[in-house]
Amino acid sequence: MFEMLQYPFIQNAFLAGSFVAVVAAIIGYFLVIRGLTFAGDALSHIGFAGAAGAVLLGVDPLFGLLAFSVGAAIGIGLLGKEIRERDIAIGIMMTLALGFGMLFLSLYKGRAERTYSILFGTILGIDKTDILVTAIFSLFAIAVVLILFRPLLFISFDPQVAEARGVPVRLIAIAFMILVAVTVSISVQVVGVLLIFTLLVGPAATAIRLARRPLAAIGLAVALGLGYTWLGILFAANSTWPVSFFIATLSFGVYLPVRIFSPFWRARSFPFWRTRRPGLREQRSGSTEKSERLPTSGEQERQAEVPAASHLRR
Amino acid sequence: MVELEHVNIQLGGRDILEDINFTVTEGEFIVMLGPNGAGKSTLLKLLLGLINPSSGLVRVLGKTPRRGNQAIGYAPQHRTLEADVALRARDLVGFGLDGHRWGIGWPDPQRQRIVDQALAEVDALAFADAPVGQLSGGEQQRLLIAQALLANPRLLLLDEPLANLDLNHQREIVDLVTRVCRGHNIAVMLVTHDINPLLQVVDRVIYMAHGHSTIGTPEEVITSSTLTRLYGSPVEVIHALDRLFVVGAET
Repeated sequence: MFEMLQYPFIQNAFLAGSFVAVVAAIIGYFLVIRGLTFAGDALSHIGFAGAAGAVLLGVDPLFGLLAFSVGAAIGIGLLGKEIRERDIAIGIMMTLALGFGMLFLSLYKGRAERTYSILFGTILGIDKTDILVTAIFSLFAIAVVLILFRPLLFISFDPQVAEARGVPVRLIAIAFMILVAVTVSISVQVVGVLLIFTLLVGPAATAIRLARRPLAAIGLAVALGLGYTWLGILFAANSTWPVSFFIATLSFGVYLPVRIFSPFWRARSFPFWRTRRPGLREQRSGSTEKSERLPTSGEQERQAEVPAASHLRR
Repeated sequence: MVELEHVNIQLGGRDILEDINFTVTEGEFIVMLGPNGAGKSTLLKLLLGLINPSSGLVRVLGKTPRRGNQAIGYAPQHRTLEADVALRARDLVGFGLDGHRWGIGWPDPQRQRIVDQALAEVDALAFADAPVGQLSGGEQQRLLIAQALLANPRLLLLDEPLANLDLNHQREIVDLVTRVCRGHNIAVMLVTHDINPLLQVVDRVIYMAHGHSTIGTPEEVITSSTLTRLYGSPVEVIHALDRLFVVGAET
């Protein structure tokens, strides 16, 4: 199984795949906690139109991907915070881009494999220049995330307080979306536009269910992403089935049991503070001077019936 | 601490607040009451420097409000955090200390001590390492207050900290805020819909309706005559079972 590793194209695949797996897992974590997974997926579809246009013009699809997805990322970053409204706007932008992608494809008279590889990835056909470009963009994205780390977490969990504390919320949100666009663009080489979720969201979504704190979740997501990519390449090298298929299957195969069993695991792992809570409350309510004024159940009902000022609320 | 003189606020061409005047002194416990849409949260945003008045004078700690003022602790209207976010209680509280700084932030014993102290202040040490998504609404509210306290504020702004809590948890939060206010001499401005859990502890009440406000002790403000004047339509305040009920006008 491992003798395949001596071939240069397999080594190239491992190198590029590793960079992409690491950066996609890190960016994916923030994407999941910010509730922007749909936007991440949409960016890849919008990028597809750019890639198709680039193919039509005879330039590297990566540049088309970057141009379209970064442009869309800035647009998404400028959209409001309201999730429902935002996702509708993103969806409409995405369908427009896909329409153009279809047009570019129909105008293109060359070989169909090029567009096929944008949709499903071409990791086994990657060359040294691609690796260099992937490495540069990956390291850039990782460096920026490390700098943005604390404010990005802050605005993801507590945007209002972050804004009050002087964090440039809008600016960081846009910078982050640009990083997502860059990540999506380089990930397309490995898994393609249609399977971007497997590397971007799969490892992070699984890690969040297992880890308790951000850095642990990111570390675990990176490990899972690397594992899926390495195993996927290894399996594909020893069969006639594509890499993307194996990565997607591994990602799903790990996520499913974690999704099903993590609630049980969670419940068992924190009994120490759950069991201490009643004691804590007794001690606290006993210490307050108003404890003799504890409401009777009748009073509680009454309060539910007529909370003060509720009549004046519209 | 806080001074407002003839303050008007317009948002999107609409008058939200008109001619608001009040002063809050150091260590005072203020409750802000009024129907939805009366501009209570807007007023907090004004003090935080997130919006500007269209006219009038605003002074917070002697200065024009600005973002990033460390002397103000703020806990916005709470939204329940989802169950799976890989964030511990102490991580959430820690945002109050260095969430606005660049970089990852390396483990630091002194930082840990400060966060533990804030957790102890709100009786949250027992669940400091639990995932926030698994905590109850009252527990999450205590964490937000701890987060707001981390920068040693002199003014604490709390937006609806009692919303969606049962009576016992409401009492826990009221006790906690009272302890913070009296023990550390921190001025508190707390937005709520129901004055009753706070009647025993509050110094003065700001009642807001239809863009106007009035300030005074609960006995002065929450009366049929004052509220009738504020609403511009008949309002009756009923005392029953040691509680106050405001009944009356449709807005």
